[in-house]
Amino acid sequence: MIVPVHKSLLEVLREDLNLTGTKHGCELGECGTCTVLVDGLPVLSCLALPVELQGREIKTVEGMAENGHLHPLQQAFAELGAAQCGYCTPGILLTAEALLGDNPAPSRQEVREALAGNLCRCTGYTKILDAVELAALRMQRSGSPA
Amino acid sequence: MKANKLSIIGQSLPKIDAWAKVTGETKFADDMFLPRMAHGKLLRSPHPHALIKRIDTARAAALPGVYAVITGHDLPRVKFGILPVSQDEEALCVEKVRMVGDAVAAVAAVDEETAERAAHLIDVEYELLKPLMSIEESLASPDVRIHEYGDGPNVHKAVSLQFGDVEAALAGSHLVREDVFYFEGNTHLPMEQHSAVAHWGPDDKLTLWSSTQTPHYVHRLLGKILDVPPAHIRVVAAPVGGGFGGKLDPFAHEIAACKLSRLTRRPVKITLTREEVFYVHRGRHPVLMWVKTGFAKDGAITGMHFRSWLDGGAYGSYGVASTFYTGALQTVTYKIPVYKFEGARVFTNKPPCGPKRGHGTPQPRYAMECQIDKAAEQLGLDPADMRRRNLAEPFTKTANHLTVTTIGLGECIDRVVEASGWREKRGKLPPGRGIGIACSSYLTGAGLAIYWNDMPHSGVVVRADRSGLVAVLCGATDIGQGSDSVLAYVVAEVLGIDPKDIRVHPADTDLTPVDLGSYSSRVTLMAGNAAIQAAERLRAKILDAVATKLEVESDTLVMRDRRVFVDGDPDRGMSFAQAVVHAESRFGVLAFPGSYAPPKRVGKYRGGGVGPSPCYSYSACVVEVEVDKETGEVKPLEIWIAHDVGRALNPLLVEGQVEGSVYMGLGEVLMEEQVFRKGVHKFPSMLEYKSPTTLETPEIHTILIETDDPEGPFGAKEAGQGPLLPVIPAVANAVHAAVGVRIDEIPISPDKVVKALELKRQGKPARLGPEKLPLFTFPEPRMIESAFGQPAEAIAERPFAS
Repeated sequence: MIVPVHKSLLEVLREDLNLTGTKHGCELGECGTCTVLVDGLPVLSCLALPVELQGREIKTVEGMAENGHLHPLQQAFAELGAAQCGYCTPGILLTAEALLGDNPAPSRQEVREALAGNLCRCTGYTKILDAVELAALRMQRSGSPA
Repeated sequence: MKANKLSIIGQSLPKIDAWAKVTGETKFADDMFLPRMAHGKLLRSPHPHALIKRIDTARAAALPGVYAVITGHDLPRVKFGILPVSQDEEALCVEKVRMVGDAVAAVAAVDEETAERAAHLIDVEYELLKPLMSIEESLASPDVRIHEYGDGPNVHKAVSLQFGDVEAALAGSHLVREDVFYFEGNTHLPMEQHSAVAHWGPDDKLTLWSSTQTPHYVHRLLGKILDVPPAHIRVVAAPVGGGFGGKLDPFAHEIAACKLSRLTRRPVKITLTREEVFYVHRGRHPVLMWVKTGFAKDGAITGMHFRSWLDGGAYGSYGVASTFYTGALQTVTYKIPVYKFEGARVFTNKPPCGPKRGHGTPQPRYAMECQIDKAAEQLGLDPADMRRRNLAEPFTKTANHLTVTTIGLGECIDRVVEASGWREKRGKLPPGRGIGIACSSYLTGAGLAIYWNDMPHSGVVVRADRSGLVAVLCGATDIGQGSDSVLAYVVAEVLGIDPKDIRVHPADTDLTPVDLGSYSSRVTLMAGNAAIQAAERLRAKILDAVATKLEVESDTLVMRDRRVFVDGDPDRGMSFAQAVVHAESRFGVLAFPGSYAPPKRVGKYRGGGVGPSPCYSYSACVVEVEVDKETGEVKPLEIWIAHDVGRALNPLLVEGQVEGSVYMGLGEVLMEEQVFRKGVHKFPSMLEYKSPTTLETPEIHTILIETDDPEGPFGAKEAGQGPLLPVIPAVANAVHAAVGVRIDEIPISPDKVVKALELKRQGKPARLGPEKLPLFTFPEPRMIESAFGQPAEAIAERPFAS
C-alpha cells in the first residue's frame, strides 16, 4: 500500500487499514500501548515509519487468533482478568507473544522485565504476569508454537 | 436468595467483555470513524493567568481544509460546573484564562493535522496577570483574584464543623500529638486519552459518544451549556480506557465537538493528546494537613481535631465535595468519640483538582495512620494491636453522624498480620528493612447525588423475550472495573441462567435508565441492587406463568441451569426460553424496571451530605520495604492486603480491583507528582511523570474478607477505591521502621529520604515534612452534638424498595 512518508505506522494501521485494535497512549514512545510485532519483534508503532518497513511482516492484535482460535495468551488474559479497561491489552499481548517466542518458559522476573516498557494503570500487573505464565505453561504442554 | 444456593455469585468467571478486549475489538471513542467525520482541535492558553484582549480567527478559517473555527463568543454565555455550587467554568474562555491549558478556541477540519495547523493560526492577544501557584501565594495575594466568588479572596470553600467538646477530651488525654503532613498532588494517568465524537443530525438532535464515566451528568449539563433541551440530546458512553475519576466532569473538548458538529453538519471527533490529558487533570488535590489527636494509655483515641488546606487549582470541579471528604471518613475506622474538622480549598492558577480514586480521603488517611504509628511508638504499643483494640463498633453512628454497618476490619488486621509474619518481623528485620501497617475505610457509593433530587440513583430495565434473550439496560458505565459483568452475574443468579445468555448494553441516555455514573464506588451496590429488583420482578412473572402451566404453586419452582422446574423434581419443568414464552403469552411484553436510592440517613447539619454511604468497605495493609541509605530509594518488597468487600460477587474481579488500587497507591506514595514550574506542568509526559512499571510493582498478596452486608447486592461492598488508601501510610510507616526517619510528605522520593537521613546523622529530629502552616482563619465552627455510639438506623430501608 502507498502512504504519505510522514505518517506513522500507528496512524496507517488505525486510519488507513481500520485496524483499531492497536491503541495509542502517548504517541511519543513512552507507554508501550501501540506495540506491534515487526518480523516477530516488538516495535512501538507510534515511532515507526511505514516507509522503513517495506517487505517486513507486521502483526497486530487482530492477527493473533488463528483459524478462529484465540492465541493462548488471549485466552489466559480473558480467563484470569488480565484485561480490565483493556486499552493497554493489545500492546501487552504482543510484547508477551514476542517474549514467549524467544523464551518459552520465562521466570516471573523475566516476564516482568519483558513487559517493563508497557504501562498498565488498572491491574497492578499481577493478573497480567499470572496470565503470561499460564499461557506459557499451556503452550509448552500443547507444544504450540509461540 | 440463600448464600449457600448461589451458582454464579462467588465464582471467578471471565468478564463478559473480556473476549472483545483481548482481541482488540472493543471500540473506544477514538476508534470510531464515521462517514464525513471532521477532526477537531482546541487552542489552549500558554499562560497561567491572563486577560484575553482579542482573538482573531481569520487566518485559521482561511486555511484550506478548515470547516469551522469557534471561540467562546459562539457558545451561550453561561458558566457551568459539575457541582451546582461551583458554576465557574467555560468550555472556551472569553475574558480570562486561569491556567495553562484553558481552551480559548476550537477548529474542525478535514483531518487532525489541518485542525492543529489551523489552531496555531489563531491569534490571541493576552494581558498577563500575576499567576498564583501555591496555597500560600493565593492566600497572601488577596488583591489578585482568580475568581470573584467563594468564601474569601481566592478561597473557594471554607468549612468548620465540631462534634462534641474536642478541647476537653484532649485536655484529659494521656498523650496528645500534633503533626503536620503534606500530600503532593498527582494525576489519574488513564492509558486512554479522552475522546469524544459528536454528531448533530439532520433532525437537529445531538448525539455524543464520549469516554466519560458519567454520561448522565454530561447529558444534564450539555443541555445548559449548549442551551438545547436535554430531550434533544443523546449521550452514549463509549467503553472507557481507564477513568480513576479523571473522566467525571463535562469537558471543553466534548462541548466544542458538539458545537462544531452543529456548524459543520458533520460528525466531529476530538481526541486529546497526552499532554492535554495532564492539563485537563481533575486529579488528587495537594493537601496540607494539621492533626491533633488525644490518646489514652492503651492507645484509644479520645478526640481528634483535623485541619486541611487543599490546593484546588483554577476551577471548582468536585472541590467542595473533596474539601468535605478530607474531613469525613476519619471517624469510620476507629472509635473517635468527639471530632472537629476545619478545611479550606484555595484557588491557584493550575489545572483543577477533583476526584481521583479515593476522592479526598487518601490524604487525611495518610496523615492519620502515620500519626497513629507515631503514637503507638510513644506509647510502647504494637501498632497493629493498638488499631485492633480500638475499632469502630458495627451498626452504630460516628461522631459526625455517619452510619456504619458491617465492619470486617478486625479480621482484615488479623489476616495481614498473620500472612505477613508481622510478629516475627516487626523490629527484627536486618538494617535497612522495615515493615509497616495501616488501615482504612471507604464509601460504597455516595449517599446523595451531586444535585438534590428524590429520583433513583440507579435504574435498570431487564427485558426478556420469546427468543430466550435477556437484555440488561442500565446507564452505568464500565470503565474496566467490570460493572457490566457484575450486572450480568446478578441477573443470571436471580434468573438461573448463564451470564453468557445476557447482553448488557452500554449506557445510552436514549435507551438506558439513569445511573449517576462510575464514581464513589457506587455501581456494584446501587446498579446491582436495582438489577436484582428488576430481575426478581421478571422472575416472579415467569414463575407465575410456569406454575399455571404445570399446575403447581409457584413457590415450589426453582430457576437453575437455564431451566425452570419443580424443586427436587428436575424433570417436571422446562427450559428458560420455553418459560419465557409462557410468561410473554400470559403477560405480554416482559420488561421490568428496578430502582435504587440509598437509605435516607444524611446527618442533619450543613455539610452532612458528604460522607454518608449505604455501607463502608474496610482494608488493612502490611508493606515490607528495603531502603537504600545511600540513594534514599525505597523498594517495596512485598505487600499483604486484606479487604472487607462484604461479599465477592466475582473474586477474580475483586482481586483485580484490590491489586490495581494497591499499585496506584504505591505510585502515589513513591513517585507520582503533578507539579508545576512557572505555571507549566513540569513533566506532562508518561516518560517523566513517573508511574510504576512491572519492575516497581512487587508481589501483592490479596485476602478477601466477607461480612455479608445487609445493604449490598448479595452482601457486597465496594472494592475499587478503598484498598488504595492504606498502602500509602503503610509504606511511610515501613520506611520509618527500616531507617528510623519520618517522611511526612508524599511522595517519599529518594531525595527526601536522603535529607531525612542526613538530619538524623546530625542528631536533629529525623523528620522531613512541612514546617509551617498558612496564615488562615477558619470560620467559627458549627457546633453539632456528637452522635458517637448511637445505634444505626434505617438499615436496608430505602426508597423504591417495594
